[in-house]
Amino acid sequence: MSSLLVESAGLQTTVQDLGRPGFGPEGVSASGAADPVALRLGNLLVENQPGVAGLELTLVGGSFVFPDGAVIALTGADLGATVNGRPLEMWASHTLEPGTKLMFGATRNFARGYLAIAGGIQVDPFLGSASTHVLSGLGGFEGRALRKGDRLRIGRASKNVRRRRITLAALYAFKPRKVLRVTEGPQADWFSETTKQVFYRDVFRVSEESDRVGLRLEGTALDGSTAREMITEGVSLGAVQVTPSGQPIILFVEQQTTGGYPKIANIIAADLHRIGQLRPRAEIRFQRTSLAVARSLWIEQERLLNEPEQLFT
Amino acid sequence: MKVRAASDQAILAYLGEEIGQAAHERVLKLLRLLQQEPPRWIRNVQPAYCSLLVNFDISLADHVEVEETIRSYEQRTEKHRAPKASTVEIPVCYGGEFGPDLDEVAAVHGLKPAQVIEVHSSETYHAYFLGFAPGFAYLGDLPAAIATPRLSSPRKRVPAGSVGIAGRQTAVYPMATPGAWRLLGRTPLRMFRADRKMMGLISIGDQVRFRPITNREFGELERG
Repeated sequence: MSSLLVESAGLQTTVQDLGRPGFGPEGVSASGAADPVALRLGNLLVENQPGVAGLELTLVGGSFVFPDGAVIALTGADLGATVNGRPLEMWASHTLEPGTKLMFGATRNFARGYLAIAGGIQVDPFLGSASTHVLSGLGGFEGRALRKGDRLRIGRASKNVRRRRITLAALYAFKPRKVLRVTEGPQADWFSETTKQVFYRDVFRVSEESDRVGLRLEGTALDGSTAREMITEGVSLGAVQVTPSGQPIILFVEQQTTGGYPKIANIIAADLHRIGQLRPRAEIRFQRTSLAVARSLWIEQERLLNEPEQLFT
Repeated sequence: MKVRAASDQAILAYLGEEIGQAAHERVLKLLRLLQQEPPRWIRNVQPAYCSLLVNFDISLADHVEVEETIRSYEQRTEKHRAPKASTVEIPVCYGGEFGPDLDEVAAVHGLKPAQVIEVHSSETYHAYFLGFAPGFAYLGDLPAAIATPRLSSPRKRVPAGSVGIAGRQTAVYPMATPGAWRLLGRTPLRMFRADRKMMGLISIGDQVRFRPITNREFGELERG
């Protein structure tokens, strides 16, 4: 079986697939790729099933050796990948010769790059998923981010992967956005009209203290004081909760499953993958939309992801 | 039952307005029915004290359909009995390095540390739900005599097995995570194991008791 050798790991490189939804009653959040669209497109480029495990690289990538060669694709953020000193085109499939070293640097644009490999990364699944839950040390490769010296198994690839690249139209459709679309949160009416105006008008900055668990936002403090007492309840992916100090926090893929802060808004399903590309200090705004519009945006996005002839040339 | 959109792909069903056995039973019955007869669009259910968060696939259903289905399930639960609870005993070594907040909790309530241990380990608790982190069970109701608010700033790392209290709740941290609950002791049991069929030692609806043990017993149990 072929393998991948970690020569240096980068800032935080983890094995991720599309996560493990459905274990809320056990207190387990879904985890999975922070930008699942990028991972899916990478997998499709190397003719994997869309949910096969790949590597998620965060802000600074490492270097990886393929002793037996591989067919790969790079998607998501541009971490300046090179092979033998030459830049490797992103959003396209490439055949690497045995012994090839793939090197990454620091990001040139967004937060997370994805390395998809034909055949996928093989790890023992936890609750049906290969994805790493970093906070609780579960899943993925030994429940942790990769380190120098790790050797990962690569599954069997489909034969003769065609060389292909993504279309500009598809890249445009999935591009990161600074304006995240939201629907109202379950406690939206706990906040005053003035507070909501500020929330939908002002620019917020992603704090350095942000990770796969949640993104803390800096900016105008919202009035987080509420007359009512909140009883801890289930929280959904992309919920924007407001702490008593007025700081909004976006709950992300490794979120706690329940929480006791009121939620002013929730990022729509079609924009969740864009949260995964927000770097520390990125500036964002929120735009209110309806449940019906959110639903049609999601259905349109899924339709496009299921039509390879529109995605690739 | 009140229903609200939590997001474009989730709704919250509220089955009560105060924490207690009545709301808990309604949550548990609806959860069990949804688990026994999962609608085709359901993706996840997250129970809590008085509510159930239901995540669904929005390509298959919209909020109107999901709400109607949840309401019809809720009506059917009235005929159901709550499942029988099992009892779980958790051995705890209180105080010292395992329970760094025991003395302060005692001082806040004008009690001796031994009295706090006595109160904490005399009650039978109810597992309202699991949340926060894998296997983390919210247990209640902690007797008012030792109820203490959370720490004002959380610890960066609470060791696995730590037994904490917050308000009228108590819990065991199944894994090392950040946490703001006041720590009274630690159990040598592994609360959450990915390689076990029942991953968490405590499930929603269980009855839980704490049994004080010595340092020596802690060591023996940890090795055994």
